[in-house]
Amino acid sequence: MKKLNKTTKNNLVTYAIVIVAYLVVMLLGVSGHISSLMEGLLVPLCIYVILAVSLNLVVGILGELSLGHAGFMCVGAFAGSFFSMCTKEAMPAGLRFFLALVIGAVVAALFGILIGIPVLRLKGDYLAIVTLAFGEIIKNLMNVLYIGRDEAGFHFSMKDTLSLGLSPEGKAIINGPQGITGTPHDASFTIGILLILLTLFIVLNLIHSRDGRAIMAIRDNRIAAESIGIHVTRYKLMAFTLSASIAGVAGVLYGHNLSTLTALPKNFGYNMSIMILVFVVLGGIGNIRGSVISAVVLTLLPELLRGLSDYRMLIYAIVLIAMMLFNWSPRAVEFRERYSLKRLFGMWRNPEKQADR
Amino acid sequence: MKRFLSIAVASAMVAAALTGCGSNPAGGTDAPAEGAENSAAENDGAAAESGEAGSAFRIGGIGPVTGAAAVYGQAVKNAAQLAVDEINAAGGINGVQIEFNFQDDEHDAEKAVNAYNTLKDWDMQVLLGTVTSTPCTAVVEKTHEDNLFQLTPSGSAVESIQYDNAFRVCFSDPNQGTASAQYIGEHGLATKVAVIYNSSDVYSSGIYQTFAAEAGNQGLEIVSAEAFTADSNTDFSVQLQKAKDAGAELVFLPIYYTEASIILGQADKMGYAPTFFGCDGLDGILAVEDFDTALAEGVMLLTPFAADAEDELTQKFVTAYKDAYGDIPNQFAADAYDGIYAIKAAIEQAGVTPDMSASDICDALKTSMTEISIDGLTGLGMTWGADGEPNKEPKAVKITNGAYAAM
Repeated sequence: MKKLNKTTKNNLVTYAIVIVAYLVVMLLGVSGHISSLMEGLLVPLCIYVILAVSLNLVVGILGELSLGHAGFMCVGAFAGSFFSMCTKEAMPAGLRFFLALVIGAVVAALFGILIGIPVLRLKGDYLAIVTLAFGEIIKNLMNVLYIGRDEAGFHFSMKDTLSLGLSPEGKAIINGPQGITGTPHDASFTIGILLILLTLFIVLNLIHSRDGRAIMAIRDNRIAAESIGIHVTRYKLMAFTLSASIAGVAGVLYGHNLSTLTALPKNFGYNMSIMILVFVVLGGIGNIRGSVISAVVLTLLPELLRGLSDYRMLIYAIVLIAMMLFNWSPRAVEFRERYSLKRLFGMWRNPEKQADR
Repeated sequence: MKRFLSIAVASAMVAAALTGCGSNPAGGTDAPAEGAENSAAENDGAAAESGEAGSAFRIGGIGPVTGAAAVYGQAVKNAAQLAVDEINAAGGINGVQIEFNFQDDEHDAEKAVNAYNTLKDWDMQVLLGTVTSTPCTAVVEKTHEDNLFQLTPSGSAVESIQYDNAFRVCFSDPNQGTASAQYIGEHGLATKVAVIYNSSDVYSSGIYQTFAAEAGNQGLEIVSAEAFTADSNTDFSVQLQKAKDAGAELVFLPIYYTEASIILGQADKMGYAPTFFGCDGLDGILAVEDFDTALAEGVMLLTPFAADAEDELTQKFVTAYKDAYGDIPNQFAADAYDGIYAIKAAIEQAGVTPDMSASDICDALKTSMTEISIDGLTGLGMTWGADGEPNKEPKAVKITNGAYAAM
């Protein structure tokens, strides 16, 4: 272990947490010690972890506040589910889902580039507001999109299913506000975990690469970064597109977990974007492992509070506030530093070193 | 170091969560037990002892009791509880008590599946739900996998009951659209029709599509069809002006009552007075706060339930509901009330017992559901087909003197 440097060690711990969590859940599952509720929550947990990690790339590493993340998820979900619906009979499930994931990622990345080009010229609050608007536009576009298929090919409309002009055998695949129904149930916990590992691998490696350092240099001081020849727009667009594409993958997973996919304010509106931002902020901006953990905790929390029935959402909000304060208020940080386990251990191991401080 | 501590706390929470949920495979984990206690407490000594699984029928309910659609979920929850209490007080189903556990889905498909899984952990045997269409479509996939009997009070989308284990109390969206067009055509209410609908809502656009398809057969001419979305539901003057310019004699409103009340107000200001015709979503319009009920004069709506109907069953239900919750029940409440009684009738017909597995009960109820006929709040002599659709007469009411009057 001595040979590994600190970052590598840190990254390995992150991977280990995910793998251990997977093994524990699998063991519990095999021995029948897992409730149906938990079982149903496993795939959503993977989805939110992926989303949180991908948003952390924009918010933490690139240092720009994006509030349109749910929009990319939405694009990915619809692109992937649309592909699966079209090839439902034509392909084996494994290959189809793999291709759906690729398509979701590519389409979301395209949208990332399209939106990134105008948006990344802005910074700070302006960027946040414009991404928010783009997220809403994507959601609303999905709500007026009608695509059907019959033997003559595909039919598009922005009005209603009647104007698709489908033949009697034809079927509307994307049905405006009713979305896509009947997507095959391809998502599984194992695939979700594999995707989390892949996401972590991509994001962590990016952070510690030459490109990642360039991105962080832009975050820390744009003018200085530009002066040493870093292509600001290129790197910004790179981080933004990568983040969008990973969110698209999460969207595909989402679309294949439920049999119904609709673009409601609830699942793809700005509420969702802010939800993901909350994961990132609670976990620590720029802290990838923190995003993973906070996404899991905050997704589980409202479900575990079901026993409180009517007070569930109230308690959830209070717990959220308490957790934010505990993690990030200066006083709490000071308190934790004074009484942290590590420090106490450190004192016990080499008291002189601590006394020097 | 702070990171270390927060990780420690977080992993402790996760571990607690996993073991907490998993440690008790025999059912009766913490949360469900509490739920059962709640319902027992609400039963107010109606002898609903929450005992071991197998001594009582466990009926689960799912619907939104928080969020934007909370009013529907709350109505279903209350009315279903009312029906359960009545049945329990009268000795239960074949002498067996019912336990009812209602879970929140926030009108979200993902949360609805979570709610369903929670109920499964509670050993639910029959599901009354879900209240809204989109979550219902997600949940029916799961109940089909598990072969669990599902009866939705108000999930009206076609896909909501696409499997043979699922039934519904309300009319389906297409059914309502077709029925409305037929009603207008057969009664010669108008020939030039305008439609204002909510394109971001499944219910509204579903009805509109089938209405438009049937309108041609009935000799109706749709002169203007204008949409609005959830984000633009406060000003309808453009849509109304278009309808007026096109010379529409009747405006069809397949929407919910909140928007409809605004439309009526704005039409009145414009001096435009066509006949307004709506579906069951308009039910509740007279109860909108600060709404001048005189504006709703002459509005017709197709609804299975009117709270001030004269028949004894409705009167009894409305009084009981008012006493218990202080509200006038809406159509969702009526659907849920009928739903519980339909489940009761189906169980009695099939003669199933609570110690049977959910899957066996489902197989039995699937058949018996098509054999029963009940007189409920939302229709007399309701029967069900194997496709899960109810057969009942659509009723149209007209608002006269600030009250519903049968037509």
